[in-house]
Amino acid sequence: MSLDTIWVLAEVGESGPSTLSLELLTEARKIGSSVAAVTWGPNTAEHAVALGEYGAAKVYDVGDVGETLPGVPVAAAIAALVEGGDKPDALLIPASYDGRDVAGRLSVRLDRPVLTNVVGLSDDGGSSQHMLFGGTTAVTARFTGEGPFIYVVRAKSFAAEPGGGATPEVVSAPAPDAGASGATKVTARHVEERSGPKLDEASVIVSGGRGLGSAEKYEMIEELANLLHGAAGASRAIVDAGWVPYARQVGQTGKTVKPNLYIACGISGATQHLVGMKGSKHIVAINKDQDAPIFSVADLGIVGDVHKVVPALIEKLKGS
Amino acid sequence: MNVVVCVKQIPDPAAPGALDPSTNTLDRSGKLILDDSDAYGVEMGLQLAAGDGDEVILVSMAPNGETSGLRTALAMGAARAILVSDDALGGSDALGTAKVLAAAIKRAEPDLVLTATESTDGYTGTIPAQVAEFLGLPSITFAKKIAIDGGAVKVERQTEAGFDEVECPLPAVVSVTAGVVEPRYPSFKGIMAAKSKPVDVLSASDLGVGTDQVGATGARQEITDVSKVEERGGGEIVVDEGDGADRVLAFLQELKVI
Repeated sequence: MSLDTIWVLAEVGESGPSTLSLELLTEARKIGSSVAAVTWGPNTAEHAVALGEYGAAKVYDVGDVGETLPGVPVAAAIAALVEGGDKPDALLIPASYDGRDVAGRLSVRLDRPVLTNVVGLSDDGGSSQHMLFGGTTAVTARFTGEGPFIYVVRAKSFAAEPGGGATPEVVSAPAPDAGASGATKVTARHVEERSGPKLDEASVIVSGGRGLGSAEKYEMIEELANLLHGAAGASRAIVDAGWVPYARQVGQTGKTVKPNLYIACGISGATQHLVGMKGSKHIVAINKDQDAPIFSVADLGIVGDVHKVVPALIEKLKGS
Repeated sequence: MNVVVCVKQIPDPAAPGALDPSTNTLDRSGKLILDDSDAYGVEMGLQLAAGDGDEVILVSMAPNGETSGLRTALAMGAARAILVSDDALGGSDALGTAKVLAAAIKRAEPDLVLTATESTDGYTGTIPAQVAEFLGLPSITFAKKIAIDGGAVKVERQTEAGFDEVECPLPAVVSVTAGVVEPRYPSFKGIMAAKSKPVDVLSASDLGVGTDQVGATGARQEITDVSKVEERGGGEIVVDEGDGADRVLAFLQELKVI
């Protein structure tokens, strides 16, 4: 079976569709012949032009879901379309907080399995590529049953490129009442201020790990990142320890990043971390343990004390 | 209050992972341990269900009647466990696993179901929403703070931009991030007590789940190719002798980052 009709779950914020949504639309355009976006929110129609530009010929608009978490209503809306006979061969879903909720809910409603952590797709009928064991093993998987095939795709698997498509037709696809399962309510939203570029968009990332020794020392990671006009990241170990927020986490359970330069400071390089950053173009590692796995992926490895090397580097950058 | 915590028993992540060459699924035949990610849910459950008559009940699915990971969580303080272990479940995907877990969870009649956001080994990350959908319950994923307020659960939920305050009526499913609490270490007394705590071992048919819906057949997906990824390697590793910062600086100049 070939994947002709592909729907992409497109997350649209105030500033427009998320980068990951545009990455998925670009890929859908390459492997499918008919591409639609499924989206929700109060002002979706305003962003239809951008979705069209990246490949959506049609936009299914679930509309405003109010203060409910989107997982349940959006999955219910898609299930209603499919049950009504309007269904894709494949559905590409961003590996994001809400994307995973939609994928999980939808798979149960449609009784269809999900392939998650997809990092590549083939146009041979839907084979997908995945990374296992910290990115040391690549596997190809495929569905053996009936569609729609549901794929949850990791960020940075594809490059987002506009294709010059026209403004798409917007079709209203309201969510049916989901009963008790839809009873969530967002009562407040908090935006954590950050300076500098976002972690997944930065061309330089400086990350810190357990080798920093204490939460206070993370300040030097931020300072170095600022000096290099980059973003500050973290290993799971120090996020778990509560030193820095989860949003900074690079790795399997955090962000996948592919900057031009990644500087790992006091990070040993557990497979959990490596899978999220080994796609970086250049990697510098500073760690006191010369056997640390991080050195196996480093272009330049400094076997030394981060408390000496990093402050010295900061001083030199300030002086230059 | 009854809190069910879903826990996964996984091969030790410190040992190199492997795929079973005959099925291309994760090799889970050796000794299994409690997934670190689940210790947070167990701790959170113990803190929320600390009153008289409150109970933390573990639910797990694992091959060969494996209980070593469950004993760790029981030693932390959980009251009892339901283990689903059945050869027919080998090769189950996330959907099949969620179906089994949901059926087992129902037996415990929970007020709250806690899970990790994803397991360390398979990391599909869809189980929390799938379990909730099977149970017909609301779910709040990626909780970094949880409080019970009367008949509702109030959560701080991680978002791309920061966090949201979200609430929903109980019963509900909540997935917790690793930062939610600091898990306790089992005490010696806890470890001794865990040995005699009840573990109900059930099969798929005990739960009324048809074996065609689970296992490799129910998964409706297969791995068709496995290959080693070429190592990056070839980097220059130098020992810092006071010139470490200069070496990094030179590399940054070479890349024209500065």
